[in-house]
Amino acid sequence: MKIVKYRKIYMAISIVVILIGFAAMIFNSVKGNGAFNYDIQFTGGTSIQVDLGTEVTDDEVSRIVQDVTGEAPAQIQSLEGTSKIIKTKSLDMETRNAVQDALKEKYGIENDSFTIQDVSGTISAEMKKNSVISIALACICMLIYVSLRFKNFNIGASAVLALCHDALIVTGSYALFRIPFNNNYIAVVLTILGYSINATIVIFDRLRENRKIIGRNNFEALVDSSVTQTLTRSIFTSLTTFFTVAALYIWGVDSIKQFALPIAVGIVCGAYSSVFISGNLWYMMSTAEFKRKQAKLGKK
Amino acid sequence: MKGKNVFILLLVLIAIAALTAVALLGVGNVPSTDSASSDDEPQFELMTDENGELVTDENGSAQIVPIATTEAATSAEGETSESESATETTTEERIGYGGYKNIKLGLDLKGGVYIVYGPEEGVTPSDDEMAAAISMLQQRVEYKGYYDAEVSQEGTNKIRVEIPGVEDAAAVVEEIGEAAHLTFRAMNDDGTPGEVLVDGTNVADADKAYQNNTVVVTLTFDEAGRQAFATATQNNIGKQIGIYMDDMLISAPTVNQAITDGNAVITGDFDAESAEDLAAKIRSGSLPFSLRALEYNAVGARLGADSLSTSVKAGAVGVILVLLFMLIVYRVPGLLADIALVGYTAINIIVLSLFGISLTLPGVAGIVLGIGMAVDANVIVFERIKEEIRAGKSVKTAIHNGFDRALSAILDGNITTLIACAVLLWLGTGPIKGFAQTLILSIVVSMFSALVVTRILLNLCVNIGIKSPKLYGGK
Repeated sequence: MKIVKYRKIYMAISIVVILIGFAAMIFNSVKGNGAFNYDIQFTGGTSIQVDLGTEVTDDEVSRIVQDVTGEAPAQIQSLEGTSKIIKTKSLDMETRNAVQDALKEKYGIENDSFTIQDVSGTISAEMKKNSVISIALACICMLIYVSLRFKNFNIGASAVLALCHDALIVTGSYALFRIPFNNNYIAVVLTILGYSINATIVIFDRLRENRKIIGRNNFEALVDSSVTQTLTRSIFTSLTTFFTVAALYIWGVDSIKQFALPIAVGIVCGAYSSVFISGNLWYMMSTAEFKRKQAKLGKK
Repeated sequence: MKGKNVFILLLVLIAIAALTAVALLGVGNVPSTDSASSDDEPQFELMTDENGELVTDENGSAQIVPIATTEAATSAEGETSESESATETTTEERIGYGGYKNIKLGLDLKGGVYIVYGPEEGVTPSDDEMAAAISMLQQRVEYKGYYDAEVSQEGTNKIRVEIPGVEDAAAVVEEIGEAAHLTFRAMNDDGTPGEVLVDGTNVADADKAYQNNTVVVTLTFDEAGRQAFATATQNNIGKQIGIYMDDMLISAPTVNQAITDGNAVITGDFDAESAEDLAAKIRSGSLPFSLRALEYNAVGARLGADSLSTSVKAGAVGVILVLLFMLIVYRVPGLLADIALVGYTAINIIVLSLFGISLTLPGVAGIVLGIGMAVDANVIVFERIKEEIRAGKSVKTAIHNGFDRALSAILDGNITTLIACAVLLWLGTGPIKGFAQTLILSIVVSMFSALVVTRILLNLCVNIGIKSPKLYGGK
């Protein structure tokens, strides 16, 4: 397969997809919805998820909540079946209980139908900070490990750049599909990083081996053959992982769906970046380095 | 030679079958389903009303006196344990080991409440103060009868309280309440609080006790508290001293005499419950700093059960798809990988259950994802074997080379994934930690299953004589 020859096309596709994500963020912010569908873990506030047992309009729920709190809830969201999520600013215990009682009385439901979450501003600020730190930390650790193991900084750098590509696309999918942006985001992104680097390493491992056969500086042939030889594996593993995640998406409950969708996106773009991007990044870095060295030698 | 190999192959298969059986059934007695589903919180409505009464009829009846008799210090055992649910919890305890029924479920799957407490803004408690606060909260939830509750430190200055399996989440949180700051104050004539005489942090202990056949609450002060309390009682003989939780009066005993040794009892119209309640309030009020609830999460039990059953179903479908895929694409090695994969799933369940790792909703996703990734190692090896066979090697050599050449890729790939998990484990909280734990477990077990179990199975098959290259992906 000619990976290096068409590298500009592959990179262009990636850039377009990343830009779509950014466009979604900007579009949402301009519309006044916030770049992401921030969950209360990131904004602070109270979220009440309740299965009302009967079909009810959002307006009716909003009115009941407003009667108790004196303020209209910020958001009412209908889930599958008869479940609703009510988001308000942070309510104290008494008000929370009053809302719960009002809904219980109106629809004849029990406490076991409620999931209530209240997050203060302190925690949400910390969460935001934590998610950025963990992703950065994971990337740095991987860069160090891969560079050391392969005794080649270019391999480490191109693998981690490919990871950043995946993280950006997965983040973009959160904006595009309005996936609730919560604690799970960190888990999703780090899982994808772990998964994607796995695939990238298999390719570079082959490249390490092929250097003995093809020659150290035949960069184009090295990339093309290594990617081709591992292609079946790349496809098969993505398929099996995709099966399991798709099953979770199709049969899982809402919170599992919110988890499975971005992971599914990540698996696709992780496979893409391993096959089409990481090798090409290495090719570009290595040829540039090679040319610099040649130029130096020429001067001497 | 052949017979021996058949024998070993059978042994390995029986071992995997045995593991699967353990994972499904557990070892020892698994509690019957009806006892497991019975309510675990028998004494629920204990508190709040009594508190109110305590405040209203405090006038005149409650008194502070020095400790008179030795019997006072020890609380009577009989009455204390009688009211609690000690017997309930022993029957609730899980007796079996290793089965999927013994896996500890996280709050999101079982229903329950968690609350994250932190100090007021600008307050940085020391490690000792954190430890004191944690043990205080632990006492509090245990006193309320939640023996399953877990109180743990989160980050540097937060405390997470998890109470699983409660039906009425709101009531629980109300009971535990926000731990407040306790003070002993002078009382003005109109009943409003006056100056602070002793701070709650100077109370070393408070307990319910029996004195002359009446129930009292004993107080023990530390050195600073002893001095302050001595002065306070000297100056207030015949007057009331108010015990305040933040700004709320919880008791206002009358001082009978000066108390200088740092030990006192509060007498009054107590019964066992109200005395223990006041003691618990004083104990928790001696928290070194005020706590406020930063995060509160209550999951209805029914919703938790729904989440669990649907995710298990989704997981099962995913696994079956993967098993079929491997079988169709790789034939004999695929079948062996499938067998190893079943072993992997069984080991995973057993380890989860034995090590008491809480299974959370993201954790289920972690396991299912792990299965998808587990086949990865197999795929890498099998592709290598195919290549070797196509290059004209014998099946036996091909298997040997295939595993050897694939090893570095599998190790490096999995170690980098483990790095990501370690970061999650370190910085993640709650369910995310559970996800990281299960994913780490999956990765380690899957490497074992792919590199050791599949390899043994493959070699045995070749030794038995199943070695037509066609069966291994050759042409």
